[in-house]
Amino acid sequence: MAEPAVNYDEVSTDVLVIGAGGAGMRGAIAAAQAGCRVQVVCKSLLGKAHTVMAEGGMAAALANVAKPDSWKTHFSDTMKGGKLLNNWRMAEIHAKEAPERVQELERWGAIFDRNAKGLIHQRSFGGHTYPRLAHIGDRTGLELIRSLQDKLVHSPGVDVHMEVTVTRLLVRDGRVCGALAYRRQDGGLVVYRAGAVLLASGGLGKIYRVTSNSWESTGDGTALAYHAGAILQDCEMVQFHPTGMIWPPGVRGLLVTEGVRGEGGLLRNSQGERFMEKYDPERMELSTRDVVARSINQEVLEGRGTPHGGAFLDISHKPADFIKSKLPSMWEQFHELADVDITKEPMEVAPTIHYAMSGVRVEPATGASNLAGLFAAGEVACGLHGANRLGGNSLSDLLVFGKRAGDAAAAFAQAGHKAVSWESGQLSEAIAYTLRPLTGEDGENPYQVHAELQDALTRHAPIIREEKGLRVGLGKVKELQERAARVAVASGGGRHFNPGWHASLDVQSMVDNAEALFVSAIERRESRGAHTRSDYPEPDEELGKVNFVVEKDGRELKLDAIAKEPIPDELMEVINSKWNTDYTRED
Amino acid sequence: MAVRSEVAEPVDDVPLHLREAEATGRSVTLKVWRGDPTGGELVSYEVPAQEGMVILDAVLWIQAHVDADLAVRWNCKAAKCGSCSAEINGFPRLMCKSRLDSFQGDITVTPMHTFPVIRDLVTDVSWNYEVNKQIPPFSPSEEDLKDPEPWRMQQEDVQRLTEFRKCIECFLCQDVCHVLRNHEQKDQYYGPRFMIRTATLEMHPKDSLDRRPMLKHKAGLGMCNITKCCYEVCPEHINITDNAIIPLKERVADEYFDPVRWAARKLTGDKRGRRPVRGMEDAPDQR
Repeated sequence: MAEPAVNYDEVSTDVLVIGAGGAGMRGAIAAAQAGCRVQVVCKSLLGKAHTVMAEGGMAAALANVAKPDSWKTHFSDTMKGGKLLNNWRMAEIHAKEAPERVQELERWGAIFDRNAKGLIHQRSFGGHTYPRLAHIGDRTGLELIRSLQDKLVHSPGVDVHMEVTVTRLLVRDGRVCGALAYRRQDGGLVVYRAGAVLLASGGLGKIYRVTSNSWESTGDGTALAYHAGAILQDCEMVQFHPTGMIWPPGVRGLLVTEGVRGEGGLLRNSQGERFMEKYDPERMELSTRDVVARSINQEVLEGRGTPHGGAFLDISHKPADFIKSKLPSMWEQFHELADVDITKEPMEVAPTIHYAMSGVRVEPATGASNLAGLFAAGEVACGLHGANRLGGNSLSDLLVFGKRAGDAAAAFAQAGHKAVSWESGQLSEAIAYTLRPLTGEDGENPYQVHAELQDALTRHAPIIREEKGLRVGLGKVKELQERAARVAVASGGGRHFNPGWHASLDVQSMVDNAEALFVSAIERRESRGAHTRSDYPEPDEELGKVNFVVEKDGRELKLDAIAKEPIPDELMEVINSKWNTDYTRED
Repeated sequence: MAVRSEVAEPVDDVPLHLREAEATGRSVTLKVWRGDPTGGELVSYEVPAQEGMVILDAVLWIQAHVDADLAVRWNCKAAKCGSCSAEINGFPRLMCKSRLDSFQGDITVTPMHTFPVIRDLVTDVSWNYEVNKQIPPFSPSEEDLKDPEPWRMQQEDVQRLTEFRKCIECFLCQDVCHVLRNHEQKDQYYGPRFMIRTATLEMHPKDSLDRRPMLKHKAGLGMCNITKCCYEVCPEHINITDNAIIPLKERVADEYFDPVRWAARKLTGDKRGRRPVRGMEDAPDQR
């Protein structure tokens, strides 16, 4: 097929980084430090990525507040939190390298709250044996983004292309060698030729109706990788954060940081009972997210929910000054949006979709996917968190694996893998796909398809799942996939900053992610971490030994089970160790 | 003024911005500026109101139901990313943090005035990113960089920076600043956002650069005449003028206008041993 008669700009580079959240920026900095030319493309303006919404902190065994902490305890907590579905090698690397990455960020200008000795202070969080989260108030994600952003824009060899969205990866003989993208500002198309591509595009929360995720989290990265031939893993594993706002309706799903509980917040039902006593008497409010989310769900189901169907989260027993200094954005958020003064009254909270443990299957040490030249890091990659992510582990994940994947992508690009040309016809197909929603006259409304997709996920893949519902959901998603292929911008509007066009492409990524989720969720006939089945309420030892993976087979999605590499004995011992909890905190 | 009004079929159980009015039963008239660099006009939309609804919800409702191509920039809808800046009834605000029920009568939504329009409510804010690149980044001393031990800083020393680090770069302060807005002196003043940025660096206990020459000349600190409009519009309530700009002005004044220091500087160089930013010592220059 001849190349199409559509104008596009062409950019050649050593490393193309897709996404400018924590992982993308850290990866870009690593690749630039290795001497590569780096192009970073991001869907939004620089510094707006979903990472800014992370609140509580980044987990790293610095042992500043709890002397007995070490990588071993962090590793053990991460594996137990993930119900051993994690890739143990990633969990080990993460626990060992997180402290170094946090210290490095500080040396790049990040500011953290301090303890009395002047060291980085660390707060307690669910599932972490020791206070472990380096933080600044309740806006640690913003601090991470701003620090990396300033480092990035002053790194030689890096160009940032803001408000540019990638719609297809381009491949030659199983090697990813480029990408097609559009610029929001003028609708122009850009073709990137790259020695290596680092995918760091975040998660997919927008497939659900009630979510803490921002507009961008539409599963683009997993969809791009899938269509290029990459393997996705653990697609059934999405995390419900136990505490999202529920009232008023306009803020439903908005995150209430786990830091509230970390700083001493208590959960109560409508009868005033601290119900976590029933579900996890040892860890109470600081149990893992899967457990707390299910507990709140259960209280509501049994008729002990709050007026708007959630639980009360109360920190008002702490001094007002303490609350305003430790949780400033929470105070502001409730004060401005819900007319609630959290220093005086409880918050009303309910579970909200928060994080995808699922993603591109990668080599643990390098973030390499099964496709040569394609690397992934951060939320779009899979493995570190297993069946349930611990709070605070995502920010350190971004730094640890962002750097490693950036290093590996740079090494790949420098190992003689010069930019090559994609297979003939690919670019024309990609361009046709990208521009099609602008030409459909009587197509589907993308916003309507999106709303119905969110409805299907919310109803049929909720906290507690069962086979019948999952099959109904899968049926709906297949129908929505067909409709998504016909979406069009009804009001026209051309290519110049046209959100209807952008939404038309986003929704096509989302339906493919949803299919992978339903297919995998049906197959995991057990309850493990975030994936809870009412028809299979217990974990199944055999299923704990496999990861479900999907890949594109012709035009169909194919599901497989891949046996997990067994955890070495010495690490199993670490996981099962008893930890010394008799120590004096150094706050 | 063009008027368009349309109510779509009710959809069961869909997100707020796609749903019909719940509970309130009333609707609100939003007049949204629509256009491009060649010109535009206010277009009226009737939007069903819901309890707790914010302006951004209303704009997204219009997108989903009436005009899919209404251009708006937004990300988090949680006042954390600073993307959805606009002017509501002429006042610079985040759309996600402005509740419908805090306004009476028709509500006018227009793009930020200080930056060139791209389309509808979206403006070209790239100038801010260019300015940011010109501010020399965080630069610890060689000694601190080589120190193998974790850095120690006291909470009280980082505390005052935490206020500045809350900045979400919504650029509303840049939008309202009369130097940039009315006098279009973008070539003479970096604007309040970048005074905050510079203050963070200057007051960082581990930073070793001296950015006062930059502040005095290239960054145009003297252009600010302390009207505090920036503080009024800041969604993070950062006291930009009192806590950043005035202390910076004092530092610059100390350095340049104190005769004793001036003489000392001539004789011995900078007493504090900080490194002045190269290329920024000269008289005002053009960017």
